[in-house]
Amino acid sequence: MTDLTAMPAVGGSQSRSLFLRGERTRRRHMAESRFRAIGLAAVIFGILVLVGLLGSILANGVSSFRQTYIALDVYLDPAKLDKAGDRDPEALRKLTTFTYQPLIKTAVEGLIEEKGISVDGLGGKDVEGIISKEAPAELRHFVLAHPSRIGETVKFELLADGRIDGYYKGRVTMETAKLDRNVSPEQLMLADELKAAGVLTTRFNWSFFTAPDASDTRPEAAGLGVAILGSIYMMLIVLVLSLPIGVAASIYLEEFAPQNRLTDIIEVNIANLAAVPSIVFGILGLAVFINYVGLPQSAPIVGGLVLTLMTLPTIIIATRAALKAVPPSIREAALGVGASKMQSTFHHVLPLAAPGILTGAIIGLAQALGETAPLLLIGMVAFVREFPAAPPGGFFDPASALPVQVYNWTQRGDPAFIERASGAIIVLLVFLIIMNLGAIFLRRRFERRW
Amino acid sequence: MTPGILTIIVLVLTMAGYILGRRRALAVAKRDGVRLHSLPGHYGQAVALFTAVPALLLMGAWLFLQPLLIENQISSQIPDSVIPEGGARSLVMADVRRIAGGLDRLVEAGSFGEDDLSSMRADFTSVRGRLAEVGVALGSDVAPAVFDAAESYRGIANTSSLLRNAAVLATALGFGFLALRRIRPTLRARNVSETFIRSLLIGSSLVAILTTFGIVASLLFETIHFFRLYPARDFFFSTVWNPQFRGGSDLGILPLLWGTFYVSLVALLLAVPIGLMIAVYLAEYSGKALRSFAKPAIEILAGIPTIVYGLFALITVGPFLRDWIAQPLGLGSSSSSVLTAGLVMGIMLIPFVSSLSDDVINAVPQAMRDGSYGLGATQSETIMRVIMPAALPGIVGAILLAASRAIGETMIVVMGAGAAARLGLNPLEAMTTVTVKIVSQLTGDTEFASPETLVAFALGLTLFVFTLGLNILALYIVRKYREQYE
Amino acid sequence: MNMLTDAAVEETLQSGSKPAASKMAGKDVTVHYGEKQALFGVNLEVPERQVMALIGPSGCGKSTFLRCLNRMNDTIDICRVGGSILLDGEDIYDPRIDVVELRARVGMVFQKPNPFPKSIYENVAYGPRIHGLASKKSEFDEVVETSLQKAGLFNEVKDRLQEPGTGLSGGQQQRLCIARAIAVSPEVILMDEPCSALDPIATAKVEELIDELRENYTIVIVTHSMQQAARVSQRTAMFHLGNLVEEGPTDKMFTNPDDKRTQDYITGRFG
Repeated sequence: MTDLTAMPAVGGSQSRSLFLRGERTRRRHMAESRFRAIGLAAVIFGILVLVGLLGSILANGVSSFRQTYIALDVYLDPAKLDKAGDRDPEALRKLTTFTYQPLIKTAVEGLIEEKGISVDGLGGKDVEGIISKEAPAELRHFVLAHPSRIGETVKFELLADGRIDGYYKGRVTMETAKLDRNVSPEQLMLADELKAAGVLTTRFNWSFFTAPDASDTRPEAAGLGVAILGSIYMMLIVLVLSLPIGVAASIYLEEFAPQNRLTDIIEVNIANLAAVPSIVFGILGLAVFINYVGLPQSAPIVGGLVLTLMTLPTIIIATRAALKAVPPSIREAALGVGASKMQSTFHHVLPLAAPGILTGAIIGLAQALGETAPLLLIGMVAFVREFPAAPPGGFFDPASALPVQVYNWTQRGDPAFIERASGAIIVLLVFLIIMNLGAIFLRRRFERRW
Repeated sequence: MTPGILTIIVLVLTMAGYILGRRRALAVAKRDGVRLHSLPGHYGQAVALFTAVPALLLMGAWLFLQPLLIENQISSQIPDSVIPEGGARSLVMADVRRIAGGLDRLVEAGSFGEDDLSSMRADFTSVRGRLAEVGVALGSDVAPAVFDAAESYRGIANTSSLLRNAAVLATALGFGFLALRRIRPTLRARNVSETFIRSLLIGSSLVAILTTFGIVASLLFETIHFFRLYPARDFFFSTVWNPQFRGGSDLGILPLLWGTFYVSLVALLLAVPIGLMIAVYLAEYSGKALRSFAKPAIEILAGIPTIVYGLFALITVGPFLRDWIAQPLGLGSSSSSVLTAGLVMGIMLIPFVSSLSDDVINAVPQAMRDGSYGLGATQSETIMRVIMPAALPGIVGAILLAASRAIGETMIVVMGAGAAARLGLNPLEAMTTVTVKIVSQLTGDTEFASPETLVAFALGLTLFVFTLGLNILALYIVRKYREQYE
Repeated sequence: MNMLTDAAVEETLQSGSKPAASKMAGKDVTVHYGEKQALFGVNLEVPERQVMALIGPSGCGKSTFLRCLNRMNDTIDICRVGGSILLDGEDIYDPRIDVVELRARVGMVFQKPNPFPKSIYENVAYGPRIHGLASKKSEFDEVVETSLQKAGLFNEVKDRLQEPGTGLSGGQQQRLCIARAIAVSPEVILMDEPCSALDPIATAKVEELIDELRENYTIVIVTHSMQQAARVSQRTAMFHLGNLVEEGPTDKMFTNPDDKRTQDYITGRFG
């Protein structure tokens, strides 16, 4: 193709046929395909990574929605629980869970005998060890609620120990059990026998959503109740504070603000706040709301305030975009019939911008819901077992939050908590998906083209 | 009366104000037989606003200033003798506040009358035990001066709350009444209430400035405090980070900055090319169907909380890198490493980069593409030689924003990078970052006023300055870029 | 060059053989944008080394037809082109044809000057660079200089070749775009209302340039201005509602058109 590399005479009818492809053109097309392939590879990589991310969390976490239980007939022995025989609530309250432990041991031994199960080398400790350490507390709770049933044999569905549960989820095997101080192969064999007898069952784990957190040694009892409630409290605070303030600020900036230095400063400020690392907001919360104002640590009110400040820029930016999308003709029409600027804004512009504003607010809330780092600094990592009271008082009670609970569980020793953490992430993601779908629905449903 | 109940009372008064104002406007108009200037509702609005806003503002200001004023007064009351060697006044003040809170709770619990307080004074050793009952654990027995301070703290706080309640209610009633009295048919109630609302709008937009001010003030204040206890030169130039519980710590920021920089670099090396290529592919090659699906999907991805990525680093990427790369190569045995955190953070940044670049690439006018295609360029030539150079400032801006996010990211590094402050090059070793140390220093058990805790504020300030600089630069570049094509 | 033996090529060459005077020809060209039809079977021949003006009211399809001539419509997803367009007797819509090579031979200048955000030098060197028309610095220098000279811009910009092309005035930018098109040494240059964004003086310069370029290039120009068509073109084609109304020598079209619609349009009754 020498005639191409040199400058050919311009114009002229001596040019080559278009059907002839030069070597250079071929190379250029190869480069084109390569480039395109790289682009496609990047997209596929992105998708694969996403699948891997979600897959790994699902694979680790789905099992937390099922839990192993053992049905047990427990004789509530009056000789142990109520020596005086007067069912005095005060006296019953004084009994600790240690009193209940032997009842469970007796019950399990009775069960083994009744079903005619024999496992070689099964020790005495092993027998009661297949039941969760949470079980005595459960019994105690039951007795305190129904003192009249002392002396009866009551059927309980008690949590199996975390390792037994792990055995049915593939986390624990006979081999690992040999090396594990917390579980023995004999216990697993016993569990298998119980399963065959239909006493041990694995079913949907409602208490994962309702129960509070549990201590290090009882992963099987740990639930998200307090965390979910804490997150809901915080979202309420965020919504109630950030939506009005954000919308008011946007209306001012978009509709009323004169072009001056102050407006400029505010705008630059908002843009920058949107990009300030979230942990800095945590420091702000710690220094101002806790140390200076003296609000309690770990409380949803502090978390809510911090998240409000974080969410404001998002809401303001979305609201301003929504207001900007309302065409000026609407404002002019309102002003034209003698409405004041304020009336035109509140009666006409704001309702038209409402879907956009709501979409922005939902996205802002979703962001706030998943935020972790600032909450660590204001003490929400604390171990909280008590449910906060109803609002508004409950806003000041200690609580946890979903993402913080996840972090909290990853810091524990027992691998069963990894399962719980992944399960909690799934719950969090489900919340986020619902919120995002809501936002998409709003956008589709009310989207207007002017 | 708590602030919450006070607020409710004010709101009830507000509602009453609205109804009364509206009614009065109608009555006055009827009596004088003239037309009202504004709608009756506007008169009600004006009264309601005058009732609620000044009262609530006063309450807010009071709640904000009260601790400051009381603090100052009490603080001067504490003699220097009770401040322990090497400790700080603020530490003692914290004790005072906690004792005061504990006493409040004791009284509230009813186990304890106001009279008992005086007897308690006589026997200071019991104070600690009694307070422990209500969940206020003290490190040592209470010095008499501290107890006195706590007592007067309680006294002032109680008086102040009473005063506050009275003042707030008086303001609400007073302003409401005045507004009610001013109602005449000729009163331009609409303008009055609109001016009022307008100032509320302005106030709301000032929250952004207040937030920034709060951030800067809290960071700066405690950082100065820190530098009084620990030399700034050591902080900025020491290469050793080794905090001790008992003081004598080395708190050099350099290893943390290095870790932050290293992790961010790995993240950007992954995220920028891939994010950019995704943006290019979606903007220039993909069909409408893929694009209309992929674009919102990417935006949703950008909204996945970082704790999810953190967990991914912890349970999947970390062990994978350790078992398949670090250990076979003998380069390390830790599942948390620079590479773990960097790769996962890179994954997190991919949607961020591609979403920003997509906007930037789409902002390049179609005329540029036409010009290039018209000359016979292939698509990739057009992208690489025309679109990319044209979009370069915007892309640089996007990368800077991504870098700022990487530097400020917390959860991924907390769960993926490790806690060992180290100046090393091996990416498979655990290193730590500024944000990790902010979390660990502020969630640890050290005393708040010790340099080991306060260093977190200095770290936070450093982080804030870095990210702010990057953001301002990025926003400036992007804004210039947009102007170029508008 | 030995690929000429290819049977298909042979066939196409023969079937498309035309009088030498015709450089490009459209046969029954139809264009749809999605559901909407924009061109209804246009037959038009473009004579070699002349300026042909396409005129007609807005939305008549003249720009659409122009963009068909170097397949710029390919960049619009919903656009479908029917019929055939021949360049030197070869159908440019044949699937075996490479658009990249086609556009190297049929260059285009757009309505709004669109210099790349690069230096003046790089703007002109862009085409030769991607097509590999030059390899050494000296060759590039030469192409850039000749092209700028042909576009009548060289003297104005020779001292600031490294400055950005976007810094030039509108008229200079448009001439830079023409230089950029010339640098690839095309055979046909398509111009889509090249002067609509320019002031009268700049317009005069560009028109003068077009007249000079006629010696070496075949030029098709879409214009809104009757006067411009009269000044620069030898032949004129009148479009209306997606149809070719009539085509002929410019003098005849402006003095004695066959079609009433042409008459009305030229005298300004509609448009």
